[in-house]
Amino acid sequence: MRTLDKTASLADLAHEVKSGMTLGIAGWGARRKPMAFVRELLKTDVRDLTIVSYGGPDVGMLASAGKIKKLIFSFVSLDVIPLEAHFRRARQAGEFEVMEVDEGMFQDGLKAAAKRLPFLPTRAGIATDVLKHNPEIQLIKSPYKDEEVLVAMPAISLDIAVVHVNETDIRGNSWIAGPDPFFDEWFCRAAETSFLTSERIVETSTFNDPIKAVRMPIERSLVSKVAEARFGAHPTSCGPDYGIDVEHLKAYSAASGEGWLGYRAEYIDGVDIEKYTEKVGGSAAISKLPLPVF
Amino acid sequence: MEDQDFSLAELCIVAGAECFRDEGETMVTVIGLVPRLAGSLAKATFSPGLLMTDGEYFLVSEPVPVGKRDGYKPKVEGIMNYERVFDIVNRGRRHCLISPVQVDRFGQMNISAIGDYANPKASLLGARGYPGNTINNRNSMFIPNHSRRSFVDGEVDMVCSAGYNRDRYPSRKIGKYVCLVRIITNLCVMDFLGKNHAVRLISLHPGISIEEVRDSTGFDLEVIENIGETPAPTSDQLKTINALDPHNLRASVFKDNPAGRRPA
Repeated sequence: MRTLDKTASLADLAHEVKSGMTLGIAGWGARRKPMAFVRELLKTDVRDLTIVSYGGPDVGMLASAGKIKKLIFSFVSLDVIPLEAHFRRARQAGEFEVMEVDEGMFQDGLKAAAKRLPFLPTRAGIATDVLKHNPEIQLIKSPYKDEEVLVAMPAISLDIAVVHVNETDIRGNSWIAGPDPFFDEWFCRAAETSFLTSERIVETSTFNDPIKAVRMPIERSLVSKVAEARFGAHPTSCGPDYGIDVEHLKAYSAASGEGWLGYRAEYIDGVDIEKYTEKVGGSAAISKLPLPVF
Repeated sequence: MEDQDFSLAELCIVAGAECFRDEGETMVTVIGLVPRLAGSLAKATFSPGLLMTDGEYFLVSEPVPVGKRDGYKPKVEGIMNYERVFDIVNRGRRHCLISPVQVDRFGQMNISAIGDYANPKASLLGARGYPGNTINNRNSMFIPNHSRRSFVDGEVDMVCSAGYNRDRYPSRKIGKYVCLVRIITNLCVMDFLGKNHAVRLISLHPGISIEEVRDSTGFDLEVIENIGETPAPTSDQLKTINALDPHNLRASVFKDNPAGRRPA
């Protein structure tokens, strides 16, 4: 019997990403971002990526590393620090193209791709500069008697989606323990293939639990590779395991522009996940990071 | 009623709560400290039906006090993950109280970029959910720094939201669900019930003149007849605000925490 073993290393995942690809990064702002994967991707020579993200430090780091050709986004924020310094610097310098859309339009773009449709209709965007700055987005008139003019949000099709979760098995089943699965499922459905990074790789029998099963929005047939990455969302949160590392995000924010090379040397280049964990305070300290309170 | 001490922040919180007086079982999205306390005050007093979250993913049956929780446990009554928020937006049973960086005479808002779009002078958050929120559900604003930089001449630099500019709509027909309700600032309260939804001054904070507001606004303002003062917080409201903000975070909203009654 085939074992369906999809386990791979973080480096394997990163090397699957080729220059020019469209890469979807799941999570939301400073929450449950596959940061260990992003750091691994920064070590490769891949370039000219189209990045699709409800953006946090994933976008900031890729921007500072010059990996982005085009960014499809609604916001880039560290939540606890509203403005993302690395994104701002690169955006102000015009270093990449942008497709800036409403958060709902973004979601509809993923859902259109997931349904293999060319677009989904929405009111969002009407009367705003989102349409002016994205002239490729068309309007469509309702074929019914209301004849309302709507935005035809085009499908956002991804080559690869990457999601960080709390648990997976080797077959790609996965469990999101935090209360919000965000739009991770839709990133996977919009993608040709999806990679999961996971706090823990567990036995399949761990999921033999009806309470747990309701928090498993990504069926394994969407997933082709799984890499273990304990604390792999750091410095973003991965509830309930750990919260946002606010102090690290402050230091990271201060390292935009001239400080970036120093940040890279300290936390990325030649640093594997064990060493990284040590450098940011060790597993005990990360486990104690409080969940965000707003 | 006996006159009592209150801060400008408390005056704005009470004025903000009024946005939600007739909302029934609407979900309120309140971003920032003054909006959050405004929504919380409304829910804790005259609008108990409001749906509110703990600021994260859970609906709560009573507003969660802001700041350090000191053992307080949110009283969860349901879940409000982000995907569900968009379902509510699309159905329109939501009222946001938000703080854009720029606003224009059409009520159009900007939180994306200041200056040229390709090479902005200041890149901000991004359009976020503004386009969808404004075309679908009610919106009010809290602008803590009423000035010609925040209330701009012409249109905002990046129009992130649908407002009352007819020329931007297909067939010049304003979206049927577009509804901007109020703007609370450090100087006054305004609504959109002027001619063709023009911004209209409806009350002045104590000690502020119409001229001062006009001088600080980059576009023409209508003014209601016999304009009065923004209602001062009652002692019960101040007590409730204190319970909702036990660490007095509201004292840091405005520089030097000015009194609500400013010398004219």
